[in-house]
Amino acid sequence: MARGGRATIVRFDRTQRVAHWANALLFVALIVTAIPLYLGSLFGLVLERHVVEEVHLWCGLALPVPIVVSLLGPWGAAMRADLARVSRWSEAEVEWLRRLGRSPLRADKFNPGQKLNTVVVGATILVLLATGAMLQWFLAFPVTWRAGATDVHDLFALAITLVIVGHVILALTHPSALVAMVRGRVSEAWARRYAPAWAEEPGVGAGRESTGRVDAESVASG
Amino acid sequence: MPVGRRVFLGLGALAAIGVVLGSRIQSAARGALGTGLGGLLPFGDRFRLYSITGSYPTVARDAYRLEVSGLVERPATLTLADLEAMPATRLVRTFQCVTGWSVPDVEWEGVALSAILDRVGVRPGAVAVSFDSYDHADTESLTLDQARLPDVLVAYRMLGAPVTREHGGPVRLYVAPMFGYKSLKWLSRIRVVNRVEPGFWEDNGYPVNGWLDGSTGPTDPRLGLA
Repeated sequence: MARGGRATIVRFDRTQRVAHWANALLFVALIVTAIPLYLGSLFGLVLERHVVEEVHLWCGLALPVPIVVSLLGPWGAAMRADLARVSRWSEAEVEWLRRLGRSPLRADKFNPGQKLNTVVVGATILVLLATGAMLQWFLAFPVTWRAGATDVHDLFALAITLVIVGHVILALTHPSALVAMVRGRVSEAWARRYAPAWAEEPGVGAGRESTGRVDAESVASG
Repeated sequence: MPVGRRVFLGLGALAAIGVVLGSRIQSAARGALGTGLGGLLPFGDRFRLYSITGSYPTVARDAYRLEVSGLVERPATLTLADLEAMPATRLVRTFQCVTGWSVPDVEWEGVALSAILDRVGVRPGAVAVSFDSYDHADTESLTLDQARLPDVLVAYRMLGAPVTREHGGPVRLYVAPMFGYKSLKWLSRIRVVNRVEPGFWEDNGYPVNGWLDGSTGPTDPRLGLA
């Protein structure tokens, strides 16, 4: 069997995976608590509103923490490198996005859709944090701003929820990508197919990580 | 190409514009669409129901009683029928929450609080009016001058129908010149007292005088314009 079939390479290191799942957990908690806050008439009867409010507030304030901590610490080299990647766009990538994937592209570690997703999620977190803070400490702002912050918060929250639903659907329909976020590794074959430009970077593929232990893990994860 | 940065900054700028112009964009859209279609806008024009307890109190219309006590000549316990027999006041106003959301053109009907105060007779030394709720948690207060404003109602109809349980029915307070938190729901008792007793929301940091223009003095800011 060719070496590329079973060898695996690291896609997300431990820091990135912990940050991702902490972020995911907070997003789920925020969406779940947002529903009764938004549709009070449906849920007001069974839930203590102020408890739900408190949970939503603290999860919201905590939302940027996994990202910031994973980026800034000595453990954050891979996070920082990937952040630099999603900020870099070639003309081919822009064209690919413009034509909704119907133009030739040798994809980087992240395809343009994934890059766009990262940027949109990052910006939306900041917008939700800022408008959420305005709603919590509203007395500092003019009434018209409070009204605007309410609408912007609702609109971005709805949009990001739809983005997350799409993200989850794509993860479930691309199990290898999902497994990479659970166990950290993808097969070299997968990388060559979906992220060829990355797979061929010096130090990424080439079986460097292809130890026996890892092979077993790769087989186990299908 | 700096696509990532452009998208990032673009979204941020869009949000900032939305915050500063949000309410204006919304009323412009409403104006363009008319009230019928405008009411379908997803994010505005809807009540967000705040309850400070775990549930909405249930008070049957027949069993409803409004106790009026304190520094009054003739303490009274009024039924819903008693309130409906008194001269009615109708108002159509924008309901404005202090946190930003609003609902335009809400119809209200009820008895002017001043008429109830006249009916029981306010004794000398009275300064303020305190309100209690059937939820046994929310409280509110107004100065006597505020309580006598013609657009402060003990309301039994809202949105063209009897006030629903979730909106504070069968009877709630409606303080038209102030933010929504002053309009206590499930009104159970009116006490005429000798000092302003800050209520639930005021204890949680909201201004005692929550005028819609943002001013927080005791006097109606609209009187200065007259």
